[in-house]
Amino acid sequence: MTKPKVAFYWCASCGGCEEAVVDLAENILPVIAAVEIVLWPVALDFKRQDIEDLPDGAILASFINGAIRTTEQEEMVQLLRCKSQIVIAFGSCAQLGGIPGLANLSTRETLLKTAYLTAPSVVNPEQVLPAQRTIVDGKELELPELQSEVRALDQVIAVDYYVPGCAPPPDLVQQALTALLENKLPPKGTVLAPQKALCETCPRKDTKPDILKIGAIKRVAEAPIPTDKCFLAEGFICLGPATRGGCGERCIRANMPCEGCFGPIEGVTDQGAKFLGALSSLIDSTDEQEIETILKTVLDPAGKFYMFSLPRSLGVRFLDKSE
Amino acid sequence: MRKIGVFVCHCGINIAGTVDVKAVVDLLKDYPGVAYIQDYKYMCSDPGQNLIKTKIKELNLDGVVVAACSPTLHEATFRGASESVGLNPYRTEIANIREQCSWVHHDKAAATAKAQLIIKAAIEKVKLDEELQPVKVPITRRAMVIGGGIAGIQAALSIANSGYEVVLVERQSSIGGHMAQLSETFPTLDCSQCILTPKMVEVAQHHKIKLLAYATVEDVSGFVGNFKVKIKQKARYVDWDKCTGCGICMEKCPVKVPSEFDEELANRKAIYTPFPQAVPNKPVLDSAHCTYFKTGKCQICKKLCPFDAIDYTQTDTFIEEDVGAIVVATGYELYSLKSLPEYGGGKIVDVIDGLTFERILSASGPYGGIVRRPSDGQVPREVVFIKCVGSRDPENHFPYCSKVCCMYTTKHAMLYKHRVPEGQAYVFYMDVRADGKGYEEFYQRAATEDQVVYLRGKVAKLYRENGKVVVTGIDTLSNRMIEIKADLVVLASAIRPAAGITELAKLLKIGIDQNGFLTEAHPKLRPVESLTAGVYLAGCAQAPRDIPDAVAQAAGAAAMVTTLFARDYLYHEPIIAGVNTDLCSGCGICVGVCPYAARSLNRSKGVVEVNEILCEGCGACVAACPSGAAQQKNLTDEQIHQMIKAILT
Repeated sequence: MTKPKVAFYWCASCGGCEEAVVDLAENILPVIAAVEIVLWPVALDFKRQDIEDLPDGAILASFINGAIRTTEQEEMVQLLRCKSQIVIAFGSCAQLGGIPGLANLSTRETLLKTAYLTAPSVVNPEQVLPAQRTIVDGKELELPELQSEVRALDQVIAVDYYVPGCAPPPDLVQQALTALLENKLPPKGTVLAPQKALCETCPRKDTKPDILKIGAIKRVAEAPIPTDKCFLAEGFICLGPATRGGCGERCIRANMPCEGCFGPIEGVTDQGAKFLGALSSLIDSTDEQEIETILKTVLDPAGKFYMFSLPRSLGVRFLDKSE
Repeated sequence: MRKIGVFVCHCGINIAGTVDVKAVVDLLKDYPGVAYIQDYKYMCSDPGQNLIKTKIKELNLDGVVVAACSPTLHEATFRGASESVGLNPYRTEIANIREQCSWVHHDKAAATAKAQLIIKAAIEKVKLDEELQPVKVPITRRAMVIGGGIAGIQAALSIANSGYEVVLVERQSSIGGHMAQLSETFPTLDCSQCILTPKMVEVAQHHKIKLLAYATVEDVSGFVGNFKVKIKQKARYVDWDKCTGCGICMEKCPVKVPSEFDEELANRKAIYTPFPQAVPNKPVLDSAHCTYFKTGKCQICKKLCPFDAIDYTQTDTFIEEDVGAIVVATGYELYSLKSLPEYGGGKIVDVIDGLTFERILSASGPYGGIVRRPSDGQVPREVVFIKCVGSRDPENHFPYCSKVCCMYTTKHAMLYKHRVPEGQAYVFYMDVRADGKGYEEFYQRAATEDQVVYLRGKVAKLYRENGKVVVTGIDTLSNRMIEIKADLVVLASAIRPAAGITELAKLLKIGIDQNGFLTEAHPKLRPVESLTAGVYLAGCAQAPRDIPDAVAQAAGAAAMVTTLFARDYLYHEPIIAGVNTDLCSGCGICVGVCPYAARSLNRSKGVVEVNEILCEGCGACVAACPSGAAQQKNLTDEQIHQMIKAILT
């Protein structure tokens, strides 16, 4: 009997999701024994041609991490979609756009200019910008095109399951693999993590007052961080109430508030907007001016509330219309 | 897929004048879910309603959209029509194509297109509407009245006479309030105590009234029909079960304390009743002034009490009462002269406030009804009355009119003239507001028969000089400077809500206006209700008012209470915000947002719970909930998304 084929692929990502697979440690061995890996750029030497040569639907499951930013990534995921029975968006970037998604706050031109011309560490006297086609020594080189915006995986291809997290914790990865191999996957579209928000399992939930109110917003960089109190009650922005749990409260246990990498709760479309609604409801004032003053102390609202989910926000596009 | 009937109203030409109703019907007849669509000239008329009823039965419709006027007008009408033929009323929705469409547009084509979109959105809403049942809870038919002044007394008696039990809580050791302090009342000049004390006695003897005097409200929980009130019974150090009110203790107590009832013009004892006609007519011991409590010696009262009623070991006790409705009648106090430096700041003995003058005038008062001034007991020959002291003075004090001062000052001046006919009474006024029954005649009588001198203007300065109080001001009618060397000055100082009202309002979760008075639910149509269901307002706690108005309002509040009690159950609109416990993480953000305190965090279950009776369906929690667990019934996020989608696509 042939083993089921599995592919791992990366798009716009940091590599942390690859680590997450390796983080399974010895538990990865039975997985490797049970499947035939047909693609895993970070670890194994397969070529695009190998995938193209497979019949459609030949791969049981493709685990794709990273957001979609370039034409090459788009082509690859479309190819994998075609060849796979199941596509799993693996990690925050594939699920929501992730941190690379914050690039949607700038135009492509600004990004290229900053990265290749104006950043202090750049030396580029000829002012060369990446182009799709470049002639070097009489030969034409081809590069993938940087697309005008970052997209989550399901904004490019149909996605069957999501494993959230930046990066996904080993237990969720293990559960997903087990469910896949034992053919016990839930209905398509499911996020393979608990339904409820992080507060449900937060080790600090008992320190939360009956009535939560925020008089002043504090930043972890500037104020002493309480080691055993509900962050929100202490005025630190914690996205826990708006973020799916299942992460093992890793940040909380390291005394940092939740940044929201697990994405919105089941049924919620826009995590940042939901949190913003909650936060503005918590401000301990009825005076419009005062509320505004307090909320203005959030220095980077888009970065704070949409750190992982900007491309999946409710149709909001920050891009320059002229592009 | 639902079977939805759509009924489009012309509203004469109100809608049909701007919206092409026939075209709307034609455009929507094939819209998914629409099983029947029909227009009619007046959908709210009997034939219109009958059309809806007939079609619901005939086609077995499970949802109805009536495209007509605002839901505030006829939502109840059409939901009633649906219900009468067995369709759950909450599956009937109004598409407002009049106020939000035909009335605000001129362009017929555009209005027709918009009407169609509004109806589409309503159809999408109905598709996801649940069948809802009104929330139902039993009622504890027992009321609490807080405050035993005339308003509280009237409310308690009216409710008790309707056959319901009343718990009357009074902070002082006797009921009666400020009315008991008054000498005579305007405009009839009947003796205040003579008309009040029979009512006080009626309260004491009423078998349906439980009087808790010398007690305060400490905590209120629950909701309309089901309040739980914690009351502190302050230590009286007198066992009222044993005490007969014989008065020996008061007679023999050696400690004299300025009497609050007599505005400190006379003394009371450390063990005392505030006034001889007190109800209950039993003393309390003021431990702050009692020699025994201060030095451990004396015990005269204990030794002399024939009934062994004195008990120095008494402590504050707490009582819990279950009631279904609460009337707040905590009354007023006068704005302190200390806050009025421009009128001597309370340092000039012969500058007094209105209640002090009432005690001076009172036959049972410290001077036996002879008008004397406090400094030297002389009968004053020139008395100046100043109105609007602190009232109608937004720059320095309060912007509002204290309402009663015009008439009680008139009464004061008149009674002074009756007692001291050769004396002269001056009244400084901004306006004379004599708007009650018989009030204008009363004022005319004072000005003409009793020759009270009315000077239109504000007092500029007031100071003591040679045993007199010099009052200077301008008579704006004659444009002359006036200077009066008065023997006595009576200030009509502003009516303020009684101390502690802010704390009490918090306990009761009722509103306070910018001047500190309790806020009524609607200034015109719901004047005796607070915004918290089951809590009603009476008397000066809500706004300055005179006795007849306070009594009328108290009777009104009592009528609201008995109206509530006339039912076996309380029914509540089911359009409320629930909690999806599958999604709620117990973050608790919604709890503090709820203006009705309907939400609480159940820490053991880790989810937020909703008291459905308290929820008014405002949706604040829905906006605040970061996990989408709080959803308004029949107005879920999903419904709103579908409605928006129907409009945009």
